[in-house]
Amino acid sequence: MRAFLVICFFSVAATVLTSCSEQDLEYKRAYTNGSLVYQQHCQNCHGNDGEGLSALIPPLTDSIYYKKNSAQLACLIKNGSSGLMIVGDKAYTDKMPPSGLAPIEISQVLTYIRNSFGNKHGIVSVDEVNKDLEGCN
Amino acid sequence: MKNLIYTCFAVLILAACSSNESAKNALPIYGNREPVTKTVNGKTVTDTIYQTIPKFSFIDQYGDSITNKSLDGNIYVADFFFTSCPNICPVMHRNMLKVYNTFNKVGDFKIVSYTIDPKHDSVNVLKQYAEKLGVKDKNWLFLQGKKDETYKLAKGYMVQARENVHDGFFILVDKQKRIRGSYLGTDPAQVDKMIEDIKTLQAEPQQHIAQ
Repeated sequence: MRAFLVICFFSVAATVLTSCSEQDLEYKRAYTNGSLVYQQHCQNCHGNDGEGLSALIPPLTDSIYYKKNSAQLACLIKNGSSGLMIVGDKAYTDKMPPSGLAPIEISQVLTYIRNSFGNKHGIVSVDEVNKDLEGCN
Repeated sequence: MKNLIYTCFAVLILAACSSNESAKNALPIYGNREPVTKTVNGKTVTDTIYQTIPKFSFIDQYGDSITNKSLDGNIYVADFFFTSCPNICPVMHRNMLKVYNTFNKVGDFKIVSYTIDPKHDSVNVLKQYAEKLGVKDKNWLFLQGKKDETYKLAKGYMVQARENVHDGFFILVDKQKRIRGSYLGTDPAQVDKMIEDIKTLQAEPQQHIAQ
């Protein structure tokens, strides 16, 4: 009986541990790929540290903006934006071109952005992105 | 004969090297040059004519006319860009903003950005762009002129500009309108080097224009 309990305990512990590290691995993978997507598609305008450019290009450092607009971020990256955008109390009116990124890339780059430049959100999954993309205008 | 020409070249190259060595901090003068012989006060002297920026007449972001004469007495940096450029321009102007902020209060220094897309970049568009970038004076001019003239002028700055294409160089021009440096505007390290070179140029004794 005792042996059985010990085996039980270890198998549960092992499952928990591996699932934990698997999640961790998934996050790291998304973050690393996301940093490459960022360098290729976003960095020229938004800067090495997501600092933006004066009143022309918004910074990517505003966690509150992300929280408020969480479900719109995937659409924003996919389709770009035009018209007024308020980020960190400042108004931005210039256009952002559509990115042409696939949902998997959007999830990766969102994972990167939302865990860089002072942000700490955790992984943004492809499922989440696909769901959000269905609601694009 | 051929040998003589080669020897001449070799001597010239060596001379160029050694003269550089003697003035280590001096910036090079780029472009073509030709010697001229003239008579001054009965004496025959030989002078060098350096390549200078050609004449131009463009409109700035305030709708004012700006010519090569407007820049007389200034050291300036020029680049070619367009406001809707999605790739290298934001990087160039993020770096140029540092140059602007470094020398804005100094005087006798200007930045000149020529748009290669005057159809879209009207005076009003350029003004909006400048203001949003944080430029509210005439120390950084955003100029627009005819496309052909802009492309032709780019050659005078020894850079490339054509339909929707321009390279990312910042060109440093001295008060005699000679090209003294060329820096990759997308590379922060090269832009820092340019900032140092501008200081060197500002400290250079005034030379009279040869021509």
